[in-house]
Amino acid sequence: MAKVLLKGNEALAEAALAAGCRFYSGYPITPQTEILEYLSWRMEEVGGEFIQAESELAGINMVLGAAAAGARALTTSSGPGFSLKQEGISYLVAADLPAVIVDVMRIGTGLGDIAQGQGDYWQLTRGGGHGDYHTLVLAPASVQENADMMAEAFDLAEKYRHPVLIASDAAIGQMIEAVEIPEFKEHDINKFDWTIKGCKKGTEQRKIQNVYYTHPDYEGYLTEKYRQMEQEQRYETVQVEDAELVLVAYGISSRVCRETVEIAREEGLKLGLIRPITLWPFPVKAFEEAKAARAFLTVEMNILGQMMDDVKLAVGSGYPVDHYGSIFEIPESDGIIAKAKEMLKKEGK
Amino acid sequence: MGKERNEKVYTNPVRCKGCGYCIHACPKEAIRVSDHVNAKGYNTIIVDEDKCTVCGTCYRVCPDYVFEIR
Amino acid sequence: MRLVAPETVTFTQSGFCPGCGHGLAVRLIAEVMEEMELSEKLLAIVDVACGSLNIDSWRFDTIMAAHGRPIATAVGVKKVRPENPVMAYIGDGAAYSIGMAETMHTAIRNDNVVAIVINNSLYGMTGGQCAPTSLPGQITTSTPKGKDPKKAGMPFRVDQAFTGLDIAYLARGSMADAKGMMQSKKYIKKAFEKHMRGEGFCLVELLSPCPTNLNMTPVKSVERIKNEMIPFFPLGEFKDKKEEE
Repeated sequence: MAKVLLKGNEALAEAALAAGCRFYSGYPITPQTEILEYLSWRMEEVGGEFIQAESELAGINMVLGAAAAGARALTTSSGPGFSLKQEGISYLVAADLPAVIVDVMRIGTGLGDIAQGQGDYWQLTRGGGHGDYHTLVLAPASVQENADMMAEAFDLAEKYRHPVLIASDAAIGQMIEAVEIPEFKEHDINKFDWTIKGCKKGTEQRKIQNVYYTHPDYEGYLTEKYRQMEQEQRYETVQVEDAELVLVAYGISSRVCRETVEIAREEGLKLGLIRPITLWPFPVKAFEEAKAARAFLTVEMNILGQMMDDVKLAVGSGYPVDHYGSIFEIPESDGIIAKAKEMLKKEGK
Repeated sequence: MGKERNEKVYTNPVRCKGCGYCIHACPKEAIRVSDHVNAKGYNTIIVDEDKCTVCGTCYRVCPDYVFEIR
Repeated sequence: MRLVAPETVTFTQSGFCPGCGHGLAVRLIAEVMEEMELSEKLLAIVDVACGSLNIDSWRFDTIMAAHGRPIATAVGVKKVRPENPVMAYIGDGAAYSIGMAETMHTAIRNDNVVAIVINNSLYGMTGGQCAPTSLPGQITTSTPKGKDPKKAGMPFRVDQAFTGLDIAYLARGSMADAKGMMQSKKYIKKAFEKHMRGEGFCLVELLSPCPTNLNMTPVKSVERIKNEMIPFFPLGEFKDKKEEE
């Protein structure tokens, strides 16, 4: 398929359809609304169902129903709305249901603002809702990845019968880039026996409920499920092998950091980059490549440096880990390099 | 309503929880509490077949599927 | 006259209390499904709490959804499987309190799902707290001095609130006696007939006994429905779109 110019949000929406998604319910919130708007007309063209729900709560619980009935189901939101989705995400997890939920992140707590941000890292990676769980989280860094990750997200969701989250943000959602939409795939709602379709006499009734009620070894089952999901680490590394200081960044921030590494190396400063593509499971394997590193610096669009927790767990206590944050703006290379130099100076360079 | 047919009321005391709806609702006062206690600990009911007209009221008001008319 | 509970009722003798109305509602639904030959097609969505035990009380493919959300979940199911009958089975707290937005907007969109709302005038599984349907003066565990309408409002009447909406069907039946059961069954059947014709949202409310949380004998709890609830919650059909047209 030829490349077309699309907004990140639109590419994501079109790619969801290409991945066989035929059910969407969402609620307007900036900066993800283009997904809803795009699917409002496009879903009908491909014979799917689109509902503008009365709230995010209704939206996610419609998705739960659609997923239980066998559809590849999608809902999308941002920050405040994504918080409301947490109830349904927890129920999806509990009932072993696949679905894809996109958070086009904005900035701030509470209402915050509609500018790009990466402040939902904790909510995305720590479970987010009530109970004891994780969800797989994919973090695209370009419009093309927005498109490519949809099929992967649905495949992973079905593989593990588990919701998969996409951590996008306002910058990726709003930017326009050339993108190649993957080929359209058909999804059969009767692909899996466990989906509800009507209980034939003499056959076993299908019950979509908390696995806790039905599984003879609930604890063992879940432990094994999460152990397997933890193997799904995806990441990219840029000149990490000889880097004295390794930047860790995902999404739009990682694009800046890729450039930052080049600029710094021209100056003789050996920076590298680890770019987590899965935020959960966090790609701890990537840190094995950082053989020369003396320090790690996360670059995130938030104040507290939420990803530092995971970096610290990955590298252990022997390394300084700090955070370069930017609020309302995408981080800039100059600032990142200055912060890196400061860290290395402290380390005695 | 006469008993012109062969149908009668069958009970399944195992299911009874002793709520008394059937006793209360029976238009012929044909149902009473028995001395029998089922596995769940409830005093079950018995139907006086002489009084019963097989009207189906007990089946309709029972939440625990104790009655069958067949 | 042969009266035998349908095979889709599992007789699990599950945790329902003596005199609980859920067993009655389960049978009515199962009978309607049997008569309409829909038993192998029904997709059911239950709420949490006591009504959720229905997942084990019948043999229909069933989702146990989040509190207050079964109607929204049912909408999602129906869109994916439009040929199947789809029913949300919920309590009055779910339908008219935490899930009011979902109930109302499904009605506004006239989505083609059936909602069976069990109205027992309180929150059952949590121990009998005040609900939007609790009667004035009703003593509950959260209104120990009796429900004060000045603070908590009058009992919510779906027949007053929803008749102005463009829905297919709205009715209220009682499960307090054999006559009420037969009438309620007719309402449920009519709702499913309209549902299968694709007419839209059908809501049937059933007045139901909860002797445990009313601190009454089962018999007194059904008498209370007749003497105290029905004056607030009149029985009948309140919306029947096709007849009106």
